[in-house]
Amino acid sequence: MNEKNSTLLIYTLLYFGFLYVPVLFLPIFSFNDANYMSFPLAGFTTEHYEEMWSKRNLHKALWASIKVGVVASVVSTTIALFAAKAFARYKFRGKKISYGAIMMPFLIPEIILAVAILVIWVNLGFKLGLVPVTIGHTLFCTPFAMLILLARIEGFDFSLEEASRDLGENAWGTFFRVSFPLYLPGIVAALLLSFIISFDEFILAFFLTGSDATLPMYMWGQMRFVQKLPHVLALGAVIIVFTTFIVLFAFWLRNIGQGKAKKDIAIKL
Amino acid sequence: MIVFWRKIYAKYDNVKAYTLLSPALILIILAMAVPMALMLSFSMFTQVSMMEIDYTFTFQRYIDFFQKNLLVTLLIKSIKISFLVTLITLITAYPVCYYITFYVKKNKMLWLVLLTLPFWTSYLLRVFSWKIILGTKGVINSSLINAGILSEPLTFLMYSETAVVITLTHAWAAFALLPLYVSLEKIDFSLIEAGRDLGLSRFEVFWKITFPLSLPGVIGAILIIFIPTVGDYVTPALLGGIDGRMLSNMIQAYFGKINNIPMGAASATIMLTTVVLITIIVSNVTKRLTQRLT
Amino acid sequence: MNNSFIQINNISKHFADVKAVDDVSFEIKEGEFFSLLGPSGCGKTTLLRLLAGFEYPTSGNLLIDGTDITALPPDKRPTNMVFQNYAIFPHLNVEKNIQFGLRKLGLSNNEIDKRVKDVLLLVKLEGYEERFSNQLSGGQRQRVALARALVRQPKVLLLDEPLGALDKKLRDEMQLELRTLQKNIGITFVFVTHDQQEAISMSDRVAVMNDGKIQQLSVPNELYKNPENIFVSDFIGETNFLKAETKSSHGEFINVLIEGLGEFKIKNNLNIIANSSDVVCSVRPESMMISKEKSDWDICLDAKICQTSYLGEMTRFYVEAKGIDKIITVSSQHFDNKSFHNNECFVSMSLEDISLLNKK
Repeated sequence: MNEKNSTLLIYTLLYFGFLYVPVLFLPIFSFNDANYMSFPLAGFTTEHYEEMWSKRNLHKALWASIKVGVVASVVSTTIALFAAKAFARYKFRGKKISYGAIMMPFLIPEIILAVAILVIWVNLGFKLGLVPVTIGHTLFCTPFAMLILLARIEGFDFSLEEASRDLGENAWGTFFRVSFPLYLPGIVAALLLSFIISFDEFILAFFLTGSDATLPMYMWGQMRFVQKLPHVLALGAVIIVFTTFIVLFAFWLRNIGQGKAKKDIAIKL
Repeated sequence: MIVFWRKIYAKYDNVKAYTLLSPALILIILAMAVPMALMLSFSMFTQVSMMEIDYTFTFQRYIDFFQKNLLVTLLIKSIKISFLVTLITLITAYPVCYYITFYVKKNKMLWLVLLTLPFWTSYLLRVFSWKIILGTKGVINSSLINAGILSEPLTFLMYSETAVVITLTHAWAAFALLPLYVSLEKIDFSLIEAGRDLGLSRFEVFWKITFPLSLPGVIGAILIIFIPTVGDYVTPALLGGIDGRMLSNMIQAYFGKINNIPMGAASATIMLTTVVLITIIVSNVTKRLTQRLT
Repeated sequence: MNNSFIQINNISKHFADVKAVDDVSFEIKEGEFFSLLGPSGCGKTTLLRLLAGFEYPTSGNLLIDGTDITALPPDKRPTNMVFQNYAIFPHLNVEKNIQFGLRKLGLSNNEIDKRVKDVLLLVKLEGYEERFSNQLSGGQRQRVALARALVRQPKVLLLDEPLGALDKKLRDEMQLELRTLQKNIGITFVFVTHDQQEAISMSDRVAVMNDGKIQQLSVPNELYKNPENIFVSDFIGETNFLKAETKSSHGEFINVLIEGLGEFKIKNNLNIIANSSDVVCSVRPESMMISKEKSDWDICLDAKICQTSYLGEMTRFYVEAKGIDKIITVSSQHFDNKSFHNNECFVSMSLEDISLLNKK
């Protein structure tokens, strides 16, 4: 199709605006020399950022989020990697059902997951904290990591693995010398995107952290107080920049060696 | 012995596949299936006092739910808001998808990535942004007042159902785009050209050819938006006020301040059942629609 | 020389309801160039994969050089495979690809280097060590795959339609090269192909397969001249099938009534019973002669040419011959489509070129 459609183009660009502008307000107001967010802008200042650096609770929460994120992303990506291999490589009975089962956490409102885990955790006599949050995040990230890895693995030439076995390598050797290096970009992408999902995740954390706040919990606590607002904006702006870079990097990784761009995150329902 | 195991392992693809799948399935069972089963059973108990729960099985909680005006209202409102959000998101995102699929030649991927990028930033922050924008002292109101267009701030923009709908439409846009794009991409463009060739107007071509063929993507988008929205907590909590409350806020209260676990569990189960029912209905309806249109 | 170097004993492989390999038994000689030939889906690749260890037999067992390898995983078998799509590791260069399988053999670094050098020489790829898969042509990749398998000096080399993706000229060249290579190094080759010309020209013996069973196992000559059933007759080369009925039998020969042509004495290689109408006669186009005048051959028929196909090295004539109710094919290197006035001609065949087969 060689025609251009300027109406649609303008609409699309406006839509872009609709999507981006609200997000961009955070960085804008984070430099605003005032405690409330309205126009006109008061003046430029970096004091909110400096304030952000000094908050001890913020650092604690940040550290907690990183810990949870790393564990959740590593575990979920590993689990998802094996599962993706099973789906891509083998024909077996119950394939569709297993696939649906693993995708389940996606298809249920998060609050229900949160509540369910809360109930069992408390009734088992455990204390709330970062551990149940990590479990919840792992559960939530796994289907996601699996989608990313499936997209990557489905194009994989399995005769390469057979060749490796034929040449004398056992299953583990084959994995380390052949499969893993070739899956690596997909694995890193899944790790990064799972990390971000965990990092930003609110509702599971809300129900399960108890007194150990993750970063979103910290922000939630701060959002209710207007005076404390500005440094939250600064924090928000930093997070946005940080996650944007990671996401762009992850997407770039996904497409290496894939040739023509495939439809990523093709959510199969 | 090893030889025996080797034989079994080599013989069945099933065994190989399930060995690989076992961690994932165990995770699902232990972290999701079992907890949800437990939650279901809790919905059959009674909260006698702050610390005490009566463990006799009863359906009373469900009866209680449907007798409480507030709860039923919240349930209906949650469904209504989700429905609205799904509809608006779909309608507003469709043209964008259409444009990218059919009018962008180079770097389609880049457009998609850029479009979905905001989705990757913290949901909490995005809701918060809208709070800034829609508030009485927020961006919209202060700009309009300063420009002299308004004398008083628009109050309906904040702490209202409207606020919730607007915010959620923004939040789920990315989700609508992807399945739609996938579906549109698969359409054989020569079908559209054939339609034009046979004399159909542009609109007719869209309505009779393109749209029906994109239905799988539409359904995907509907389910992806609708299901999580029904259970959304953050948006109604931050900017719903009283008017924009949803069922999840009540569920949270039951597990928090009110401390009535069985009621909370029952409410959650009802929410889940509603979601499942609607999913089944939507899938079946659209299946039949697709059959009729194709 | 071990005549039962590879023993395939009652091997069956079932996938759900499909019998990919159905109770197959035969032996392959040491140092032989053995081909498995058949159409898609006949089971030849499955059989090869069973030998390699990528599939596990539903029943039966396999022996190589006296050892039962049935339960052994691929990495423990004395076989190596050249894959249809070559399966060159994209993240390793040519040298590392070839070295890949040597790690587990416990060789010294010097030995590894020597072997790699030698094999590169063998496949004529010296100087290509640093290249990666995407920098190689199809033919070169094929050689890397070959080198990678040979460098391990396996007892048996398995080749899964290795020449399928090459263009005709390259393919013909590689056929000759592979044949020469095999004779030089003396390793037993098991070669899978669907191209009968390929199998016939390269192999010491060929097993023709269909529907999971061996239809015939013989030297190429025999397959061509004395096919044992309709499938083989039809699959190898071209043939014409004529309606027939057996009459009385006379030792090695048997009287056969062929269509509207009469009764003739045909050699009964397959011991077909007398007085049966469950038979058919097969005559190859190349063994028949087309001419402008009557000939003194055993059978000579008036015929009219309906169509011709000019193939460069020969011409194929589609003729209606007197007494035969369908169009038969005759090929000739002497005449072409312009040779015959009014499309009238004579078609002749010799009795010893007629094969008698069961209809099955």
